[in-house]
Amino acid sequence: MSIFVNKNTRVLVQGITGKEGQFHTRQCVEYGTNVVAGVTPGKGGQKMDNIPVFNSVKSAVKGTGANASLIFVPPAFCAEAIMEAADAGVDVIVAITEGIPVLDMLKVKNFLATKKCRLIGPNCPGIITPGECKIGIMPGKIHKAGGPVGVVSRSGTLTYEVVDQLTKQGLGQTTCIGIGGDPVNGTNFIDVLKAFQDDPDTKGIVMVGEIGGNAEEEAAEYIKNNLTKPVVGFIAGLTAPPGRRMGHAGAIISGSSGTGQAKIEAMKKNGIHVCENLGEIGEIAKKVF
Amino acid sequence: MKIHEYQAKELFRKYDVPVPEGKVAFSKEEAQVIADGLGGYPVVVKAQIHAGGRGKGGGVKLAPSREDVGTLASQILGMTLVTHQTGPAGKEVKKILVEAGQKIARELYLSMLVDRQTAKIVIMASQEGGMDIEEVAAKTPEKIIKVYVDPLCGIQGYHIRDLAFGLDIPADAMKPFTGMVKQLYTLFAANDCSLVEINPLILTTDNKVLALDAKVDIDSNAMFRHKDLLAYRDLDEEDPQEVEASKYNLNYINLDGNVGNIVNGAGLAMATMDIIKNAGAKPANFMDVGGGATAEMVENALRIILMDKKVKAILINIFGGILRCDVFAEGVVQAAQKTGINIPVVVRMEGTNVEIGKKILAESGLNLISASDLKDAASKIAAAV
Repeated sequence: MSIFVNKNTRVLVQGITGKEGQFHTRQCVEYGTNVVAGVTPGKGGQKMDNIPVFNSVKSAVKGTGANASLIFVPPAFCAEAIMEAADAGVDVIVAITEGIPVLDMLKVKNFLATKKCRLIGPNCPGIITPGECKIGIMPGKIHKAGGPVGVVSRSGTLTYEVVDQLTKQGLGQTTCIGIGGDPVNGTNFIDVLKAFQDDPDTKGIVMVGEIGGNAEEEAAEYIKNNLTKPVVGFIAGLTAPPGRRMGHAGAIISGSSGTGQAKIEAMKKNGIHVCENLGEIGEIAKKVF
Repeated sequence: MKIHEYQAKELFRKYDVPVPEGKVAFSKEEAQVIADGLGGYPVVVKAQIHAGGRGKGGGVKLAPSREDVGTLASQILGMTLVTHQTGPAGKEVKKILVEAGQKIARELYLSMLVDRQTAKIVIMASQEGGMDIEEVAAKTPEKIIKVYVDPLCGIQGYHIRDLAFGLDIPADAMKPFTGMVKQLYTLFAANDCSLVEINPLILTTDNKVLALDAKVDIDSNAMFRHKDLLAYRDLDEEDPQEVEASKYNLNYINLDGNVGNIVNGAGLAMATMDIIKNAGAKPANFMDVGGGATAEMVENALRIILMDKKVKAILINIFGGILRCDVFAEGVVQAAQKTGINIPVVVRMEGTNVEIGKKILAESGLNLISASDLKDAASKIAAAV
């Protein structure tokens, strides 16, 4: 089992004919993802490799039954692309794009509140159910199919590091999700934690957070009150100076809020196994799970 | 992107948000000419740097006469202002704002910012104007009024009424206050602000509402649709190495430690800084070359870090996904040959094409210390400094 995506997921790619879109579509297909359509306005009727390209998400969904979308649209047009996918009835929308203005994301988030779809990202590596479906830019090879660990993270390469260590310890993954490094995102820690709790194959969860905001604190409290599965936690950015954006738009300590220390304390207080040295997260997970 | 108070007030004027009369000056003489044109003394002289706490640091003074303007301008221009936001090194003042003095009846606080949790724009107000809002929030949270605006619907009358009644705005000032908040919201939304803060917002003895101070941050991600605001960027306020890094799309922040580091991805870069600290050393920077970095970007990253004289060793930590380890290794070799590295460099690579990458580094003849994993990298870097 897995959460949100599996081998039956039918994926369309928005921005499929761009450089990034083409490269990563091929990587996803090679991994075994069922990519059924692409969307690039003005290029409808063409093909990218053997994948039909449509002018709109609506026509792609109608023509192919796609139920998930992977978005590689540039930041200036990405908010619109997400809303187009939501309006076309796509169930899972994965936005990789980094650099969307935050006011655009505010509008998207409030618009999506009236829809049934799930947005993952933006500014994220995507989602992968190892061995079944990869919707994103993560290297497929480092993952190990079959569970028992679910992974949720705000980061990209940091997640690869964690997954690699899990795989080297012989721990496979049910699903790995990057929820993105932006201040306003679609799916949050709690959404994913709840889904992992309900997934019988996920036996333990690794949660990777970073400085900025208070999503980790809220998640820690949620874990204490609602989860029966063990959670290993890690927070990046304990040495980050206040008031500076650490690469991710959302990774900023504002005044006294959003510090790594506060997040670690909240995790410990709520029974999460905190890993304080990234080099040891695989070993700790092995012990706990 | 941060902008100066005088620039923020320029923006306020454009949107009919009332501010005191005043202008920016770069010299004592200029300051006096501006002061004479303000319709009488006293006037206020304010240091313009990108940091708060200027008043406490001695950068804001009242000048009762023309002579005082001259004396104060000479004092403040060129001074190194140290506030709780500048760090111990402080910032040199290169310009001052000269403004008309006001007859203040009450000092209030008003700000607008993006609330991550609710995905709304939150407007915060308090009767404790002039105070640090974080302090007010910690000690007397009940004194802070918050209203949440749905960005799809925009600001409504009841939002403003909640603020006005909460702030106890007198009946005579109700109309100007309402107009100001409305206009401020328009400004916020139209310019992709991430923060607008007025502290203090004043009521004058004749019931006028004025923004005595103005702080505006613009969302850097939205600069592509605000070319006009690009002129407000002040390179003097930025670290020269950070300016250089931004030319090559490198996410770089200069810190005060002695171990330089180059990492792909922001999360892993932060975690790598933490690893350096755990190992008993201190990170000299944050450097994220991005998930899709090229050999050229790696080369520039290394060059910029080597500009930093306090760097005694470098840790390179790459998890190759999109960025393949062989491409990365070639970048390191090129950069090393061009720049002539003479400090220890520990390299830890993992991921796509890692074996080819390691081979390239081993055969390069460069004096690089190879680390097998993160733990190994940490102990090797600690031993190197």
